[in-house]
Amino acid sequence: MMDTLGIFFRSIFIDNMVFAYFLGMCSFLAVSKNVKTSFGLGIAVTFVLIVTLPVNYLLDRYILSAGALSWLSPAFADVSLDFLSFILFIAIIAAIVQILEMVIEKFSPTLYNSLGIFLPLIAVNCAILGASLFMQERHFDTICQSLAYGFGSGLGWLLAIVGMAAIREKIRYSKIPKSLQGTGIAFIITGLMGIAFMAFLGISI
Amino acid sequence: MSNNLKLITAPLRKANPVTVLILGICSALAVTAKLKPAIVMALSVTVVTALSNLVISLLRKGIPSKIRIIVQLIVVATLVILVDQFLKAFMYDVSKQLSVFVGLIITNCIVMGRLEAFAMSHRPWESFLDGIGNGLGYGSILVIVAFVRELFGSGTLLGYQVITQGLYDFGYVNNSLMILPPMALIIIGIIIWLQKSEEEK
Repeated sequence: MMDTLGIFFRSIFIDNMVFAYFLGMCSFLAVSKNVKTSFGLGIAVTFVLIVTLPVNYLLDRYILSAGALSWLSPAFADVSLDFLSFILFIAIIAAIVQILEMVIEKFSPTLYNSLGIFLPLIAVNCAILGASLFMQERHFDTICQSLAYGFGSGLGWLLAIVGMAAIREKIRYSKIPKSLQGTGIAFIITGLMGIAFMAFLGISI
Repeated sequence: MSNNLKLITAPLRKANPVTVLILGICSALAVTAKLKPAIVMALSVTVVTALSNLVISLLRKGIPSKIRIIVQLIVVATLVILVDQFLKAFMYDVSKQLSVFVGLIITNCIVMGRLEAFAMSHRPWESFLDGIGNGLGYGSILVIVAFVRELFGSGTLLGYQVITQGLYDFGYVNNSLMILPPMALIIIGIIIWLQKSEEEK
């Protein structure tokens, strides 16, 4: 239990998707212009992570990794389908995003309208696939841990994009050299926020 | 001919995918602490972009537009698996350093962006050249950032000691901040600044 909680907090602060691994940067930089939309995108990313990580965990545990197929027949004990993981993970992610889009459209049109354009884009957000691949690399023990990792990573991403959007809303009023405006300063701010987040590195959970 | 040449040269400066279009930042930054993985990553992305552009461009008339994202993802994922297996077989140490970032080429926005914006509406040969151009444009930024970070962060280039011992005896120290991930962002920010201010002249 403690371990699961540890993974949760680690993935929010120490292994933050944006500041430690630069995942999901494309949409992070493109969308973080105002707080409201970036909050919507953050929620959508968290949601997709919560759903996809446990599914991909089961896929990895019972089908893909070395010896995983031995529940089917002992003859498969030394079969490893590792090399298929990219294609299966991305197919699962794309399918779940598609299903989510349909479900949300059906049951909550208001949420659908506010997330609308972002949902299909999430399929190609590197943070989602990245979380699945990191999960595979770290060999979590239980499905709860993978769920905690997904939830934590999503929250960390949400925290990062909302913080960034808040700073960018304010920075419109400051005098920045003309050619540094827009993307240039956005990169530098992200870098500085990353340095601030490194303060969490020393904490061990 | 000059049109085809432009497909390759434009992404190097004017339409650079990283500094101008802000695509593909995700995996660009984490692999640039050292020059060698950065070069390998640049080559892998170039191969994947060029070949996936070619394949999608050949298939473009047969793909129903509703499911095109999934079709594109499958084509890209297949190519990335080939690249990943190749790296694991022939350059195992580099593939360990790149870890999950080879897999993340699948969701690299440059690949998807070029497929959507170019390959779906152009002929195969042009798409292939466009893919090579964009891969190289991405690679050039990666190599510049990795050069600066490795030189000032570890005093080496491609693993060879460049800064001499005499300089260290004199009191020079490596800037360990350069090794840390956030510096990559700041360096790219500065590259964008330089490029924009040059264009405005």
